[in-house]
Amino acid sequence: MIKNNNNKHTPQELILIAERSRFRRIGIIIILIGICTALLFAFGTDRNQKSTFVLNSPESFSTKIADLVVPSLYVILAISFINILLGTYQLTKGFGRNTNKILGLAIFLFVFSLLVWATKDKSLNLTGMLRLSVVQAIPLIFGALSGIMSERSGVVNIAIEGLMLIAAMVSVIVSSATQNIHLGLLAALLASGLIALVHAILTIRFKVDQIISGMAINIFATGITSYVGIKFLIAFPEFNQTALYPNIAVPALSSLPVIGPIFFNQNMFFYLAILLLVVIQVALFYTPWGLRTRMVGEHPRAADTLGINVYKKRYVSVVLSGLLAGLGGAYLTLGAVGRFNRLMTAGRGFIGLAAMIFGNWNPFGALGASLIFGFSSSLESKLSILQVPIPSQILAMAPYIATIVILVGVIGKVTAPAADGQPYEGQD
Amino acid sequence: MKKNLLLPSEKGTVVPKKMKIIDYWKSVRLPILAFLAALLAGAVLIVLTDLKFYALFKKTFSQISTTQVIIAITSIALIALSVWLGVSKWVKNLLEKKGVTKRLSVSLRVFTPIIGFIISIFLLRLSGFSDIIDAALNITYISYHSLLEGSLGNIVDIMAAFHSGNIQQITESLNPISESLVAAAPYIFGGLSVAVALRCGIFNIGTEGQIFMGALASVIVGYSIKGLPPLIHIPLAMLAGALAGAFWAFIPAILKTKFGSNEVINTIMLNYIAFSLVDFLLTGPIRRPDQSIPFSPYIEISAELPRLLPYPSRFHIGFLIAVGIAILIYWFLFRTPAGLEIRLVGQNPNASRYAGINIKNKYLLAFLISGAMGGLAGANEVLGVSHYLSGTISPGYGFDSISLAILGNNHPIGVIFTALLFGILRNGSTHMQNIARVPVEIITVVQSLVIVFIAAPTIIQTLFRLKGKGKSEQLIVTRGWGK
Repeated sequence: MIKNNNNKHTPQELILIAERSRFRRIGIIIILIGICTALLFAFGTDRNQKSTFVLNSPESFSTKIADLVVPSLYVILAISFINILLGTYQLTKGFGRNTNKILGLAIFLFVFSLLVWATKDKSLNLTGMLRLSVVQAIPLIFGALSGIMSERSGVVNIAIEGLMLIAAMVSVIVSSATQNIHLGLLAALLASGLIALVHAILTIRFKVDQIISGMAINIFATGITSYVGIKFLIAFPEFNQTALYPNIAVPALSSLPVIGPIFFNQNMFFYLAILLLVVIQVALFYTPWGLRTRMVGEHPRAADTLGINVYKKRYVSVVLSGLLAGLGGAYLTLGAVGRFNRLMTAGRGFIGLAAMIFGNWNPFGALGASLIFGFSSSLESKLSILQVPIPSQILAMAPYIATIVILVGVIGKVTAPAADGQPYEGQD
Repeated sequence: MKKNLLLPSEKGTVVPKKMKIIDYWKSVRLPILAFLAALLAGAVLIVLTDLKFYALFKKTFSQISTTQVIIAITSIALIALSVWLGVSKWVKNLLEKKGVTKRLSVSLRVFTPIIGFIISIFLLRLSGFSDIIDAALNITYISYHSLLEGSLGNIVDIMAAFHSGNIQQITESLNPISESLVAAAPYIFGGLSVAVALRCGIFNIGTEGQIFMGALASVIVGYSIKGLPPLIHIPLAMLAGALAGAFWAFIPAILKTKFGSNEVINTIMLNYIAFSLVDFLLTGPIRRPDQSIPFSPYIEISAELPRLLPYPSRFHIGFLIAVGIAILIYWFLFRTPAGLEIRLVGQNPNASRYAGINIKNKYLLAFLISGAMGGLAGANEVLGVSHYLSGTISPGYGFDSISLAILGNNHPIGVIFTALLFGILRNGSTHMQNIARVPVEIITVVQSLVIVFIAAPTIIQTLFRLKGKGKSEQLIVTRGWGK
């Protein structure tokens, strides 16, 4: 709705005005970050204190390099100075299109200064921490891809959490019963695909509100997994222990320092996630199939007029989305933990959904968001090891707050597919 | 001037048709049938996951004969065939073509599956499967009987207690009922929270978080203020809970109205933030000093909601407050202009905007009421039942409330009844777990099925051949994500 008192401006001018005030806001935010860095971390830091970052991964055989040792106080002050400088530049001249990148840089510097402050007179394995972030990001990537797949075709899928939970349980039961983890993975995919099909039938055929249907599946998943867990998995613990997919070291690349242990000595699921990411990106944006799928999500009526079967497209997308969520769930048990715990997804499906929104419904954007969220959760565990006086619960809130902030649109605007959430009524 | 469009004018008021009993039945039959269908599905799950049943099944099938296999397959096919005959459109059209009257056609199609089912059960019983069928029925009976016994008491005990005339004995025998009412109170608040929001077209998944925030605020007021008379302290603590819940709902509300960001994802996120916040406060600032477990201190006696029955019963005044507030909300939604506008916005935001309603204000109002109800649910638990705050203050009341509100057709009076039902389920399920070894989570499964059956009324309508939609309206809450 255009307000009446703005009638003298053309729409383009209005957008410009909005952009300008957004830039100004971001400039102020960056300056505030800079000031906070100095206020929070510089006080109480002694001039002679040093922060040690270990760059060798203990569990990998990559080439050894020296530790990174920096003087704590000077680094913190320098970062604070840089941020204030960036913010001032943004306020006076402005970075234009690069504004969001600069904001990202400012936040990154802030986090780095937090690490420097936390490790003063101590040492922190930076490589191990980054590796942990990637590990934490894997289920989020699958969750986000699942959301993208479904929502690009116009079906909101908040059942990802429930799908992951069911897949996690089914995979562990089948894989321990048959002593074959591949069968476990297959069963997990089958289960989550089937439940996703139920979501599809409810929302596409019966035109049930998509969020209500998704919530029903989440509640169902919570109930059924806890039910089976209490009824069987406690009585028969032999059905709740499975082998794990081993880590695969990529030859040559895995011996690179820092990067090797982080990216090239990971679980099969990580490589699979990256592969699927590329495949989905290409399929959605560079193939006729993807164009049609996106069209169904943007303007189903137009797609229907062109002879695309809207219902079929949506069914396929939702089931694919279920399979992706199933991979995420199976990773939790077959890739990471090796057993099923009650409610073990712990909101990862929802964070995956948040990563999808954060990444603007784009696979690569979602990857970045997943890595950020993964980093924040590894930060949480590392800081508690370093005995930093920041309560871990505050850090645990970070992904959720970030999602809310990004949805508000102060920092940037995200656009969902236009027909997202609307059931399609055929014309016949 | 614009608002007058919505209010019935004095002269032109259309007198609504008087509700007959059949109309009341029509408006509640869908929820009742949906609930029964969900219970039936729950029974199937209970039977299928029972180990004794499984052993029996295995035993029977290890010594099965060829004729038995044939009979079993035939009877299953018979059931499938009869259900198909009853449901399919083809049969319906065929009957109509043949000139069969509508009434006969309907009754034919209703009775075919039932007859098919009875015949096949009969066949199975005759051919040596009677053990399995009896076991299945027995398991179902034991489970649901223990559920009812745990929530409504044992009728023999109650009769004996009344005969003896001993007050103590009577209260003890009625204790299950009182416990069900205790469990129903937060459900009424939670159900109202979801229902008011849904009436306005908002899906508040954040009730769980609002419950935690309400409990947190009222426990802080409950233990930190000392020396107040109960008449002031109790309302103060309740008010604090309601305000905290409303505040927690105000965040997504202002984000929705100011920035247009979707409330579903925001309320989910705020749930997790609330859990973390309460966890943080319980492990630090408001932790009980003398204990290692993260509990808050006990609230002052002056803040405790008074209990109305003698000792073993925990029945407290919170239930009555909840019912009172439900009636108040009913009056507000259906008898005041603001309530009418809220419902109109929920039905059709665009039409309401053209009718001159400030829909943003209505969203805000509905969200605030919804949050306050969630907060009251938390306050009720803390002030009435546990008297301190712990991380397990709510066993998922907020999420249960979603199915509860939908089952109650988002009607405050309906919510009272469904909350009683859910209180019975929640309270009896513990007994069921002890007696029949059926985990409590079965009721969560049943709830999710209830949502599905209510939200997709076609399923129930086809199963039970209901005509029309009754009085339930299709729920629409998804209106895009980011915009």
